Amino acid sequence: MITVNGLTKRYARHTAVDDISFSVAKGQIVGFLGPNGAGKTTTMRVLTCFLPPTAGTAIVAGFDVLESPLEVKRRVGYLPETPPLYLEMSAAEYLSFVGQIKGLSGAELAKRVDYVLDRCAIADVKDKLLGKLSKGYRQRVGLAQAIIHNPEVLILDEPTAGLDPKQINETRDLIKGLAGDHTIILSTHILPEVEQTCEQVIIINKGKLVATDSVDNLQSRARGAETLHLEISGRNGSIDPAAAQRRLEQIAGVSRVVAKDQRQSGAAFEVESRKGSFTRGDLARAVVESGWDLNELRPTAMSLEEIFLQLTGTPAGTEDAAVKGEG
Amino acid sequence: MRDVLIICRKELRSYFVSPVAYILLAMFAIIFGFFFWNSLGYFVYMGMESQMRGQPMPMNLNEELIRPLLSNISVVGLFLIPMITMRLFAEEKRTGTIELLVTSPISDLEVILGKWLAAVALYGCMLLLTAINFAFLFKYGHPDWKPLAVGYLGLLLQAGALLAIGTFISTLTKNQIVAGAATFGVCLLLWVLEWVSGYETATWARVLSYMSVITHFESFAKGVLATKDAVYYVTVIFLSLFLTARSMESLRWRS
Repeated sequence: MITVNGLTKRYARHTAVDDISFSVAKGQIVGFLGPNGAGKTTTMRVLTCFLPPTAGTAIVAGFDVLESPLEVKRRVGYLPETPPLYLEMSAAEYLSFVGQIKGLSGAELAKRVDYVLDRCAIADVKDKLLGKLSKGYRQRVGLAQAIIHNPEVLILDEPTAGLDPKQINETRDLIKGLAGDHTIILSTHILPEVEQTCEQVIIINKGKLVATDSVDNLQSRARGAETLHLEISGRNGSIDPAAAQRRLEQIAGVSRVVAKDQRQSGAAFEVESRKGSFTRGDLARAVVESGWDLNELRPTAMSLEEIFLQLTGTPAGTEDAAVKGEG
Repeated sequence: MRDVLIICRKELRSYFVSPVAYILLAMFAIIFGFFFWNSLGYFVYMGMESQMRGQPMPMNLNEELIRPLLSNISVVGLFLIPMITMRLFAEEKRTGTIELLVTSPISDLEVILGKWLAAVALYGCMLLLTAINFAFLFKYGHPDWKPLAVGYLGLLLQAGALLAIGTFISTLTKNQIVAGAATFGVCLLLWVLEWVSGYETATWARVLSYMSVITHFESFAKGVLATKDAVYYVTVIFLSLFLTARSMESLRWRS
C-alpha cells in the first residue's frame, strides 16, 4: 500500500529525512516512532504530497507522490499535528466543506458526514462552533475530516498529543477500530502507544531509519534485559549501602547495580539483569536473608531512549541537535 | 470550477459569520453616504447659484455628480481592500488549515481563484450599497445609466486588480497585520504614482503614471470603455494571481 524508497528531504541547512526505505502492507497499523525532530512529520508530509521529496520515491496507494499527486491526495486522509480546523465553522459545516474539497457531493456527502459524525462520536456537538470545542473533541473532528472520503490510507501525525488519559484511550480505540478498512500510519514519541495500537513499528532517529519490525519482536528485544527499581532499608534503621550493593551484585543474573539516592533510612538501587534470567525472586530472597526490609521492587518501564540505545548501540543523549527539523 | 465555487463559498461564509464583512459594509456605506450627501448638496447649491445669477447653465448629473462620486468610491475602496484580503492566506498559514487545502485533491489555482473571487464578491456587495444612493438620482432626475454602468465595471476591475495584489501579499506572511499593512502601502503607492504626471512629462514619469491604478480609472469614471485601461487591470490581475500561485508553490519547497 505504501512503498518508500531512499526517501530524502533536505532543507537549506540540514537534512530532515535521510535515505529512508520502508513499506506498509494493506490494512496494517504502523507506528512511526522517534523522538521530537526525528523527521516523522517531514516524512508524513512527503507521503501526503504536502512536501516534495529531495530524492527517492514514495508510492502511496499505487501512485507516486511526485508524478500523480492528485491521485494520491484522493486516496489519503491526513491529520496534521494540530487539527486543521476552521474555528468559525460548526463541526457539521466543516466536515461538509472538507467532504466537498475531497470530491464528495450530494447524497453521498450527507451520508459520509453522518457516518463520520457517528463514527468519531461527535454527533452531539455537530452544531457547535469548532472554536468552542475542547481539545479532545477537536482532535476527533480532525480524525473525522481525515476519514470523510473513505481513504485507503490514513496518515495521523501524533493523534494523541495533548489529550488527557481518558481521551487518549478513546482516540486509540477509535484508531484501532478504523484499522481493517484503512491502512494507517501514525506517528508518536510515546512507546506504550505503539505497543497498544500498532502491529508494525518504524523507528527513526535524526532522519535515519533505525529499525522496522513487528511490535512483538521489538518488545522481546526491548525486554530481553530487565531493569528493576529496588528500595531496601535496614532492620534497625541503618544500612550500609556499599555492602548492600556488593551483596546484590553477587546474585546470579544481575549484570549491573547502580546506587540511586541514599538516605539514612534506606537505599535505592537500579538493578539490571541479563537477558532471559528471572531475578526478581532471587533479589527478594537475598534482601530478606541479609536481614533487610524490602520496601519496593518493581520493573522500570523501558523508555524510548533505552530502546534506541539497545537498537542502535549509540548513546541517545545527543538528541538536542535534532529537534529543529520538525515544523 | 466546482472546487473554485466551494472555496469561494467557504470564504464568503467566513467573511459573513465574523464581523469583518459587516464592519466593512457599514463603514463603506457611511463614508459613501457622506460623500453622496455632500456632493449632492454642492450640486444643488451650484444649480441655485446659477439660477440666481439669471443665467442658468446646463447642468449634467453624470458629469458633475456621478463622475466625481465614482472616483470617490475608488479611493475609499483603496483603504478597505487591504482589510478584505489580509486574512485570505495569512490566516490559513497561521492556523495550519493551509495543510488541509494543500493535501486535498484540488489544485492551488482553484484555491487561489476561489479566494480571490470571494474577495471580489465582498467588494461587489459594497458597490451594491452605493446603488441605493444612485437609485434616488434616477427617481428624481434623469441621469444616463450607461456611463454609470461603465463606471461600475471600472470599479470592479480596479478592485479586482488591487484585491489580486492583496491576495498575493497575504501568501507571504502568517501575520494578518503584516499582510494588511503591506497591501495598504502598495495600494497607496499605486495610487500616488500618478501625481508625477502633474509636473513631468519625461518617459520615466509617463511609465510611473501608467503604473498608477488611478490613471486607468479616469476613462471609466467618464463612462468611456477604453480597452487599454481594461487591459491594464486584467494584466495586473493575471500577474498577481500568477505570483500568488508561485508563492503558494514555494511555500511547500521551503516550509
